[in-house]
Amino acid sequence: MAQSELAQFQERFDYLTERPSSDHLAVNCPPEKLVEFTTALRDDFGYDMLIDVTAVDWDAQSPRFTGIYHLLSTTKHEYLRIAVACPDDIHPSLPSLTSVFAAANWHERETYDLMGIHYAGHPNLRRILMWDAYPYHPLRKDFPLAGIEVPLPAADVAEATQAKVIAAPMMGGPFVSSGDGTMDQTEPRARDESWTEERERPNDRAEKSESSTDLAR
Amino acid sequence: MATTTKEISIGDLGARSSEATHHSATELQGETMALNVGPSHPTTHGVLRLKMELDGDVVKRCEPVLGYLHRGDEKIAENMTYNQFVPYTDRLDYLAPLANNVAYAMAVEKLAALEVPERCQAIRVLCSELARISSHLLGVGVYGMDAGAWTVFMYTFTEREKLYTLFEELTGARFTTSYTRIGGVARDIPDGWLGRVLEFCKGVLPVLDQVDKLLTRNRIFMDRTVGVGVISKEDAISYGLTGPNLRACGVDLDLRKDKPYLGYDKFDFEVPVGTNGDCYDRYLMRAEEVRQSVAIIRQCIDKFPEGSYYAEDAKKIFAPQKSKVLTSMEELIQNFMIVTEGPQVPAGEVYFEAENPKGALGFFIVSKGGGVPYRLKIRGPSFCNLSILDKLIPGHFLTDITVILGSLDFVMGECDR
Repeated sequence: MAQSELAQFQERFDYLTERPSSDHLAVNCPPEKLVEFTTALRDDFGYDMLIDVTAVDWDAQSPRFTGIYHLLSTTKHEYLRIAVACPDDIHPSLPSLTSVFAAANWHERETYDLMGIHYAGHPNLRRILMWDAYPYHPLRKDFPLAGIEVPLPAADVAEATQAKVIAAPMMGGPFVSSGDGTMDQTEPRARDESWTEERERPNDRAEKSESSTDLAR
Repeated sequence: MATTTKEISIGDLGARSSEATHHSATELQGETMALNVGPSHPTTHGVLRLKMELDGDVVKRCEPVLGYLHRGDEKIAENMTYNQFVPYTDRLDYLAPLANNVAYAMAVEKLAALEVPERCQAIRVLCSELARISSHLLGVGVYGMDAGAWTVFMYTFTEREKLYTLFEELTGARFTTSYTRIGGVARDIPDGWLGRVLEFCKGVLPVLDQVDKLLTRNRIFMDRTVGVGVISKEDAISYGLTGPNLRACGVDLDLRKDKPYLGYDKFDFEVPVGTNGDCYDRYLMRAEEVRQSVAIIRQCIDKFPEGSYYAEDAKKIFAPQKSKVLTSMEELIQNFMIVTEGPQVPAGEVYFEAENPKGALGFFIVSKGGGVPYRLKIRGPSFCNLSILDKLIPGHFLTDITVILGSLDFVMGECDR
């Protein structure tokens, strides 16, 4: 089934290559042909539902980012995975599918938000889960698990309270680490920017210094 | 001791919210009004926020704002073993944690090409269907409440409470069940539990009839829901709606029937499909699905298979029994490896969706081998179901928003992830 369908696709779209998959049919498609291919899939092959859009960050490899699309046929009940490698590692960009599937709108906003892939032709490419002024793309592999300290979303509150969004404490969490030593030494991705077993929590430090000044007074 | 008072100014709240509601504030000076609903509002069933522009009572524009419950589940998943992520799946659709557990375990097992024994499958079917009943009971009850019919909620919540007692017996927890493991479930079903499930099934049907009497031909409820929030078949497919919301629009797609997993093809059940795609149809879908779930549960218990509740031959995937770990060297090592390194799963890419109460919950897993996923993407059905809001809501009265949101039956835990 999957093989004959692949042959059908390749007959009409010679730029497709088969992608290794542990389940249903998966193909690699060059980015400039994506809109043409998915339009044909929707109109001529019955793949009428865009189930999911996401991306994978391959870290040190090049091409670093691969956009992943899952399509479902509501009549044939078959899935299809399309993988599209982003040509540029620094400013990854893919064509937007919003003109083909309405569902692409939010999915692409999410992928842009978390992975930092720019979707050319998207009508409203803004962050969807993080706040608008957030500076990072947290699902990239070089973003630490604990997070990075940033100003609060509401600038006036941040100014008045001097509060910030601080990195999460990682110690004691169930996160994967290997070898000996404390987690911030062995697991660079889980590096705790705020406190470790050896360095106390900033709040504790602040409270201590406050109580000592009280005594001085 | 000298104390000082520090004044904190956070600006004019009204000005801030109106500015936030629309980028070009000047446009709103005329006839229209900006209204901000949520993120903490009883209508929005969680932390959804709607920025709306009203012309009198009619909504002109609606922009949903998400992310208030974003916890970075996908990032967390990349940093822990497959089994350790099970408790996080409870918190996706927290109204049906058992069904999420099952969907997640199935996705990883698909990647590992692992077949679980029949008894395990049957337990999982029971889990999924009980979770569906629980979720739909809440969905219908709260929906009734949104439309002003308080009583329904009291009936359905009482039944849901009984379900939670059953869940507690099965998993040890009422809410965050974390019941599945990769390759099986955490423990076998307790003695006499199946009988108590059947008793529950017997009790829930009269309640459904009661709900039916209270809502289905209720003049007020029908006036508020029939013809309101109509989604066309084409839109539903294009926006990637799934679950009862999709079927209410007349699209016959139920993964239990069309992509059978867990042996759903062995059960005799109907998939209700709507015609109008309005709020009323979405209510009918859920009410009928509960009845069908009861039918599935009865058939499942009727032929409940004997055998093992975990894949015994999956030595590198399912941790051995505690009694064996304490007495045998080999099992001790095996247990140690699985706990420290996680279930060993081959490299590959896999996507699996299960028909959850809210729609198709999907997991896309990229593995480079070993016990930790390289990338795990969660496709939350509520996320896709809500993406139609900015098209669906404009043109409706403000009072209809409550009903439309109630009829879509979303949960922000899996929307924001």
